[in-house]
Amino acid sequence: MVERTASELAGLLARGAVTAEALTASCLQAIRQRDAAVRAFVHVDENGALEQARAVDAKRKRGAALGPLAGLPVAVKDVLCTAGQPTTCASKILQNFVPPYDAHVVTKLKQADAVILGKTNLDEFAMGSSTENSAYQVTRNPWDLERIPGGSSGGSAVAVAACEAPLALGTDTGGSVRLPASLCGIVGLKPTYGRVSRYGLIAYGSSLDQVGPFGHDVRDVALLLETIAGHDPRDSTCADRPVPAYTQTLEEPVKPLTLGVAREFFAAGLDGEVDMAVRAALKVYESLGAKLVDVSLPHTPYAIATYYLVATAEASSNLARYDGVHFGHRAATFSNLIDMTCRSRGEGFGAEVKRRIMLGTYALSSGYIDAYYLKALKVRRLIKNDFDEAFSKCDAIIGPTAPTPAFKIGEKVEDPLAMYLSDIYTISANLAGIAAISIPCGFSKSGLPIGLQILAAPFAEEKLLRIARMHEKETGWHSHRPKFS
Amino acid sequence: MSLSQDQVRWVAHLARLELTDAEFDIMTRQLGAILDYVNQLQQVNTDGIAPLAHPLDIQNVFRADEPAPSLPVDAALANAPERRDNFYSVPAVLE
Repeated sequence: MVERTASELAGLLARGAVTAEALTASCLQAIRQRDAAVRAFVHVDENGALEQARAVDAKRKRGAALGPLAGLPVAVKDVLCTAGQPTTCASKILQNFVPPYDAHVVTKLKQADAVILGKTNLDEFAMGSSTENSAYQVTRNPWDLERIPGGSSGGSAVAVAACEAPLALGTDTGGSVRLPASLCGIVGLKPTYGRVSRYGLIAYGSSLDQVGPFGHDVRDVALLLETIAGHDPRDSTCADRPVPAYTQTLEEPVKPLTLGVAREFFAAGLDGEVDMAVRAALKVYESLGAKLVDVSLPHTPYAIATYYLVATAEASSNLARYDGVHFGHRAATFSNLIDMTCRSRGEGFGAEVKRRIMLGTYALSSGYIDAYYLKALKVRRLIKNDFDEAFSKCDAIIGPTAPTPAFKIGEKVEDPLAMYLSDIYTISANLAGIAAISIPCGFSKSGLPIGLQILAAPFAEEKLLRIARMHEKETGWHSHRPKFS
Repeated sequence: MSLSQDQVRWVAHLARLELTDAEFDIMTRQLGAILDYVNQLQQVNTDGIAPLAHPLDIQNVFRADEPAPSLPVDAALANAPERRDNFYSVPAVLE
């Protein structure tokens, strides 16, 4: 049962073929059986989940109105606040933090009658591309336990890929939903900046962060997006625009369809098997009547450099709140107030977080802000202009999500720059604020999933999901599941 | 571009981060390599280009100034490393 999609499970629940309690118990059992190997969860709320499930069953029994996710278990990345439940950001500095309120998206899940299973592992403060930067555990790719799942939302991607949860929420600042979706063989979407409220999402790069859904197929992702999107006055960057009923139009192919192919997305360093799988996907779209046009995104080669200045500058400011005063770790011994803050932060943050705080502080410091931070913001505009220009010629841009399939655990931990290059194809969507999705498009010869990235203009999620569904329906790559003994 | 240990120490001070000597060594080397990489941005002509701090074309968002319930004091202080009465407790600021 746990291998089914959320939409299939919703059908079973509605028909009374299964109860929410039984489904939740099955997911909890899958977690007990598999999570010792994959380590997707940092916190499982067994009793709370079963209690929520029983409440949904009771509501259904008495004929009360039910939300769109009624009885469906969901895993939540541990960077999203859950009232009364630990929220650690996979950092030692927040080891004992229990938020007093729910993130907006968590409130939305509860209002939709979803069952929250627990919190999933991530790179500390969502800074990383492999989920190896967690202070607590290394999450493993269910297709090959020696390999990374991608990051930073690796725990959420693995919870879905390993069939521990049919749905999960991640966050995407530079590719942190799409990259693990690609490497784990599932669907993951980064919404347009402002489509989903960031209230209660613990901030990393505030002008880049978005909450995004994971699922086995495009329909599940559409269902979850439709649930979490929409205006929230508590996030002033959250757009006040209606949310389309994405699941209602999903099966309508986009016709005529023009897809942009950018040379810059097939750059040096692209793995041969990934290249072949993506080109096969282009052929699939052509066979469905799509017209392929060349588009140019000339500033793409500068996206990583731009991102690692903008994101780290924002991070250095956002993470100033961990001062050993209001919440989080405080050092046991210190000589004065400033020393207390310095020591608490030195003890509480991991290596990658320290590196990014340092880089961001330097980029913002007197004498360097023009050459680094402001220069990066100017190049950021050029990157956005490239996309505006490209989208005037096509409905969506198509290419690989990641330059290679999943790499080995430990392979890039000593070389931060090599790790940063994993995000080469995902990062520009965050800088430009556009919508993008990763869907499965094949496997390498050694059995590792390959992802196809489709990017669309701001607030074009409805069209993006329909385009993604056209490929999925034709190929069926989404129906593969990893094997567990 | 190489950074001196003194520069790295100054940045760590600005960032309020205590680093061990071993961390300073690694950080000096790694930040230098990352700065070498990001220096490629200097090749891009950005004359006349306005900085883009934010992808959405939105201005200030206003709301009515109406009183509403806020977080109760005990909830706000529940995660404090140290509290005294209804306050966060810190070491002496003035010595």
